Amino acid sequence: MRIFASLRIAGRALRRNKMRSLLTMLGIIIGVGAVIGSVSLTTGATKQVEDQVASLGENVITVFSGNFTSGAMRGGWGSAPTLTLDDAKAVAQLPDVLAVSPEVRDREQILANGLNWNTQVMGESPDYPQILNRSIASGVMFGDQDVRSLAKSAVIGKTVADQLFPNENPVGQTVRIRNLPFQIVGMLTPKGFNLFGQDQDDVVVVPYSSHMHRITARTFLNDILVEATSDKTILKAQNEITDLLTVRHRSKDPDFTVRNQADLMDRVSSSSRIMGRLLAGVAAVSLIVGGIGIMNIMLVSVTERTREIGIRMAVGARAADILVQFLIEAVTLSAIGGFIGIIGGMTFSWLIAYFQHWPTVTPTVWIVVAFISSALIGVFSGFYPAWKASKLDPIDALHYE
Amino acid sequence: MHAVRGISLEILAGEFVAVMGASGSGKSTLMNMIGALDRPTGGHYWLDGIDISTLNRDALADIRNEKIGFVFQGFNLLSRTSALENVEMPMLYHRHRIHSQEQRECAMHALELVGLGPRADHHPNQLSGGQQQRVAIARALVNRPALLLADEPTGNLDSQTSIEIMGVFQKLNDQGITIIMVTHELDIARYTKRNVILRDGKIVTDSTVADRLNAEVEIGRLKEAQQAVKLA
Repeated sequence: MRIFASLRIAGRALRRNKMRSLLTMLGIIIGVGAVIGSVSLTTGATKQVEDQVASLGENVITVFSGNFTSGAMRGGWGSAPTLTLDDAKAVAQLPDVLAVSPEVRDREQILANGLNWNTQVMGESPDYPQILNRSIASGVMFGDQDVRSLAKSAVIGKTVADQLFPNENPVGQTVRIRNLPFQIVGMLTPKGFNLFGQDQDDVVVVPYSSHMHRITARTFLNDILVEATSDKTILKAQNEITDLLTVRHRSKDPDFTVRNQADLMDRVSSSSRIMGRLLAGVAAVSLIVGGIGIMNIMLVSVTERTREIGIRMAVGARAADILVQFLIEAVTLSAIGGFIGIIGGMTFSWLIAYFQHWPTVTPTVWIVVAFISSALIGVFSGFYPAWKASKLDPIDALHYE
Repeated sequence: MHAVRGISLEILAGEFVAVMGASGSGKSTLMNMIGALDRPTGGHYWLDGIDISTLNRDALADIRNEKIGFVFQGFNLLSRTSALENVEMPMLYHRHRIHSQEQRECAMHALELVGLGPRADHHPNQLSGGQQQRVAIARALVNRPALLLADEPTGNLDSQTSIEIMGVFQKLNDQGITIIMVTHELDIARYTKRNVILRDGKIVTDSTVADRLNAEVEIGRLKEAQQAVKLA
């Protein structure tokens, strides 16, 4: 088939009716633009969520204690006292576990500098910053020695620092928790709000031993933070923990729950994925509408150019030549429309990113998908008119007025 | 109802035939058949040794492309397309791919043959009727057909331009090209070599033209007459 000749003929035919060609393309342009725009927005949002989850710490496994049931009332995860410090120490010995932090949490009214503030006080091990991918902005993290000696050392988040020490460096100062003076040894690097809207900087971290013995007098842990040795060993580590605790707790029904970051990521990103599918569905409908527009114009064009078809057949064009000519015309329309739509959609998402500060990402695979599907729409919507043109009788077509 | 019945017609290479007849005489049907646009419901038609009556649509298209050049009454050029590109068109559909450079050269050569070389990039609406018909003739010639088929080629032209077009045909015929022409103008038929007259689907007359006119002579005579009118 003489593809290049057909392309030239198609290009000439489209240029002859510039306005009409542009309006016909508009359906595809809007459809493809909508696909690219919505995909860029939702991919950006998903990626942001995933980044946030990843920033919660890589390879992190959380062991929650079981739920506490009293009569018909059922508490949430961590409400039943089933996890002990010995559990945490045993978990730390597992081969695929890198670091462990036994976690105890409590809300306390804390005092310093003549000001007070209600915040989350967490008992953790010195590995806490490493596990959760946080760093110390100034000062130091308390160490193993502090854990052993039930030291009254604390590391605070930026929100707490801002509330209690508005214009001072908090490191070296004292904060009172349940009237006990804790010395601030370090400050965490700010991390902002997490996915659930919690301020990750509104926190005071103390050695878990100090928390359990000096503040709350508790013997059970809320949960255990575990870091696996690598992202490949997460599942293995998770199974090891489950097996170990099942044996240790001698329970048929597991009185604990083991979750990893991937589970969390799945749950959080599934909502934005659903949103993305919805938008893509709407965009697909507008692509179909664009295809119908092309079919309509091609039918008009075939009728208008009946005589031209007759002339071409008289000088020796086969039915297939005519079919290919009109098919290429339709595909050229939709492919150019698709190309403009891709540029438009990317420009749109770029503008959104620039002015609204939303993260947008245009995946290359979607650019390819959008282009190929717009070309396919050209094939499907152009086929019937082209087939009709190719079936014309040369004698009738030549005498068409 | 048969438009053409029991016709037996043999046209040899190098002939210049005028087919004449009133409307309804079956000459359009005959021309469609000769032009391989249509197949006879019965009987046979051989062109250049090929039995056209047995071919399918695609084979007919190839025959039209390679063996036949069409010239129509209404010129049938593609509008908003240059003369050169109009002439190139049949080569686009040639079964053997012709390089675009070669297409250009062949089209240019055909246009020069009909005296339109300098107007190759003009569009049909920038050309006079006679010039448009010359472009159509160039298009018909470009694939070197065995047969040039003209359907009322002078029907839309004034008498002087008609004679000029007949001059082009006579020159081409002198070079050995076979021409079959449908016309209902008797004086135009006198430029050909053989006249076939149809009536009710049958051949009533088939004769050699005795008092053949020469287009160049006639043009000269016409110009002289115009000169005389101006002088007087």
